[in-house]
Amino acid sequence: MPLDYRLFQSERPGSQDIAWCPGCGNFGIRNVLMHALAELNIIPQKVVIISGIGQAAKMPHYIKVHGYHTLHGRSIPIATAVKVTNPELTVIAEGGDGDMYAEGGNHLLHGIRRNPDITVLIHDNQIYGLTKGQASPTTVIGMKTPTQPWGVFEEPMNPIALAIALDASFVARTFIGFMKETKEIIKQAIQHRGFAIVDIFQPCVSFNKLNTYEWYREHTYFMKDHDPYDREEALKRALEKDPLPLGVFYINEKPTFEELVVAYKKDKRPLWQRKPKLDKIREMLELKRRL
Amino acid sequence: MTKLKDEVSIVLGGAAGQGIQTVEEILTRTLKLSGFNVYATKEYMSRVRGGVNTTEIRVSSKRVRAFVSRIDILIPFKKGVLEWVSNRLSKETIVIGEKVNIEEEFLDKVNLIKVPFTQIAKEVGGVLYLNTIAAGVVAGILNADMEVLRRYLKERFSAKGENIVQRNIEAAIKGYELGRGLCKEGRISVEILKNEEVKNEILLSGTEAVALGAVAGGMNFLAFYPMSPSTGVAVFAAQHADEFEIVVEQVEDEISAANMVIGAWFAGARGMVTTSGGGFALMSEALSLAGMAENPIVIHLAQRPGPATGLPTRTMQSDLFLALHAGHGEFPRIIFAPGTIEDAFYLTQKAFNLADKYQIPVIILTDEYLMDSYYNLPDINLEKISFEEYIIKTKEDYKRYKLTENGISPRGIPGYGEGIIVANGNEHDEYGDITEDEELSKLMQEKRNKKLEFIKRESIPPELVGSEEYKYLIIAWGSTYYVIKEALERLRRKDIAMLHFKQVYPLSDKTKEYLEKANVIIDVELNVTAQFAQLLKREFGVDVHYKILKYNGRPFSVEEIMENLKAILGEGV
Repeated sequence: MPLDYRLFQSERPGSQDIAWCPGCGNFGIRNVLMHALAELNIIPQKVVIISGIGQAAKMPHYIKVHGYHTLHGRSIPIATAVKVTNPELTVIAEGGDGDMYAEGGNHLLHGIRRNPDITVLIHDNQIYGLTKGQASPTTVIGMKTPTQPWGVFEEPMNPIALAIALDASFVARTFIGFMKETKEIIKQAIQHRGFAIVDIFQPCVSFNKLNTYEWYREHTYFMKDHDPYDREEALKRALEKDPLPLGVFYINEKPTFEELVVAYKKDKRPLWQRKPKLDKIREMLELKRRL
Repeated sequence: MTKLKDEVSIVLGGAAGQGIQTVEEILTRTLKLSGFNVYATKEYMSRVRGGVNTTEIRVSSKRVRAFVSRIDILIPFKKGVLEWVSNRLSKETIVIGEKVNIEEEFLDKVNLIKVPFTQIAKEVGGVLYLNTIAAGVVAGILNADMEVLRRYLKERFSAKGENIVQRNIEAAIKGYELGRGLCKEGRISVEILKNEEVKNEILLSGTEAVALGAVAGGMNFLAFYPMSPSTGVAVFAAQHADEFEIVVEQVEDEISAANMVIGAWFAGARGMVTTSGGGFALMSEALSLAGMAENPIVIHLAQRPGPATGLPTRTMQSDLFLALHAGHGEFPRIIFAPGTIEDAFYLTQKAFNLADKYQIPVIILTDEYLMDSYYNLPDINLEKISFEEYIIKTKEDYKRYKLTENGISPRGIPGYGEGIIVANGNEHDEYGDITEDEELSKLMQEKRNKKLEFIKRESIPPELVGSEEYKYLIIAWGSTYYVIKEALERLRRKDIAMLHFKQVYPLSDKTKEYLEKANVIIDVELNVTAQFAQLLKREFGVDVHYKILKYNGRPFSVEEIMENLKAILGEGV
């Protein structure tokens, strides 16, 4: 039986005055996430959202699950540590394109390599919102912004191709205009055992006048009959530019970080339930008497 | 004939990769197990092959725990060693080894005992055994227990097969007999008392003490990026991750390391990072997050000379201010600076309890000298330590940042209780949600910062070493403890003492009484700008009268401290 999604509505005073602009894609993502968690039957006490900085990263305040609103770009290392400290938790790292692809780019690369069982939700609006309209790593070439008045000339990043190239465990892209499909993709990402990246196109109604709801509807399509276990095919699809494919590009099932660390070899309990191993320390000190 | 009584300082010198460390290990273990007090420290270059690295081993009838510049016996394994240590040589120094390893200009200046190491090694089975022969010679000169040496070699090389074990033992015996022979011929005489109790003592390095202290403090998570001289702690943790059940992860950069440890504590682990100045600089932002989110974190910061890459494998005490001021914004922290290897264990252990209790960063500030030194010590008393638990089971409507009298809000973690945990690097309300409220912003700043007052009440007071009736008071912190202590013991004056700080922030209020009693205050630090003296001035308004500062990347020696003190005390040098 799925849970009631309203279980995830936060009653806290700080959750009431939402800082997102009317019409912002973030609302849709929040809505979808609440429904996804409810349908997956995961209670709020078992979910942790670790967010970075930016408008997207305010998510932990507007949804009733555990949250940590951390630093710009740093959500992935923190989420990784939370997961490996307590594998019983469902851990989500959440942030925008600046958070995950610019400031946190290095952590994304190594998060993919490390492969903790976390879900990474990237609210990709191809612009900086909170700092008011500067270009992001996914802003298209030629777009003029207050800090790129001559137009962006850097090649936009292709996070999907990058993740597949790094043999990531789960790689998907969606557009929040398609709520039902997005919910299913997020559910699949959460259920996937391993590092699951979901790049979510999400219009910034205040600062990105190009990539609007309409634009995304016209320039994206859901892949049909795509085999996500075929890496070469996945990479080919990831390189398509216009229209941009949506859906699950790539799945690579492999052992997770927390399955591989020795700390869980004998003892499956979360780390917080454990005590210092004084007997072992005593043994080692005794050994040092004889050596 | 050269007679050495009660104490000898042996220096081994060779190229990186030549196996000096093997000789050092064989010797220190064998000598300790034979009943001699031993102390060892090394200095080495930041390279994998070549150059000159040296190790000093002091062997003594009584406890020795400090670096001396004097060299009684020097064993060079390559040409260039004598030049490298030339300012530490005297006409009493005995050089044992092969002529080929001694520079022309030193040949008539030193007291040379020729030993054909290479030739003997070839007889045994190859130059590979040269190190064991050298260790054997020293063991023989000191009259160490050959049986102990045999046992040690057997254990050490057992993985390499019976043949290798036998050849090493043969090499050691040849060396040992040669060493004994030198004594019988009257070429050298060393008289050091063996002590039954020492045989059973623990040989522990600063690196091992920090690592074991962390484990005793409940460390079950360590994230790091390799950086000298802090890496040894991570190596130890990784090699013992299985038995101590530690998550040990080498990460992409120090930014990730510190943030991971923050995440680990947030979810209920006890985490630590181990780093040096450059890596710590990258952690400043995370440190500030820990301050704002009231997230515990333990940081081991092993100092080396800076700025920038500086001298990667050498020592200095120049990151006190970095540790003290790192991180934007204002928040409390604790900084320990172990003076001894025992301190390194107990303080690191304690750091975890304090980080948990006050929900703040606790920094253990060591240095290369402490990391790379070791000596025999009677015991590490595990009865003395406690594992203090502060995590609570949350109830519904839990407030992560509940305003309290002492600023400490009971800390819940995700997955334990009914409450929802919201932590935040933005200014926040009691639930952890973002706020811009004037009153609340002020209250939260006060909440975080007032913890310092409570922390201060349990600050470890400085330790007075030497005469209570001092007129001259030496101020010291961190790893200079034993060097100064030995200098004071040798000076034998009733009017001088050392005030040593192992907690450098916040400083205990008792400090003031000690400072006020002194007529003359002498600051001793391994840095250019007398950082600790500046801190004392800031905290207590006290000026020091003399500064003994050193900043060439080398530790103080006992002799150096004595010379400097004699100059100040008017005794002449």
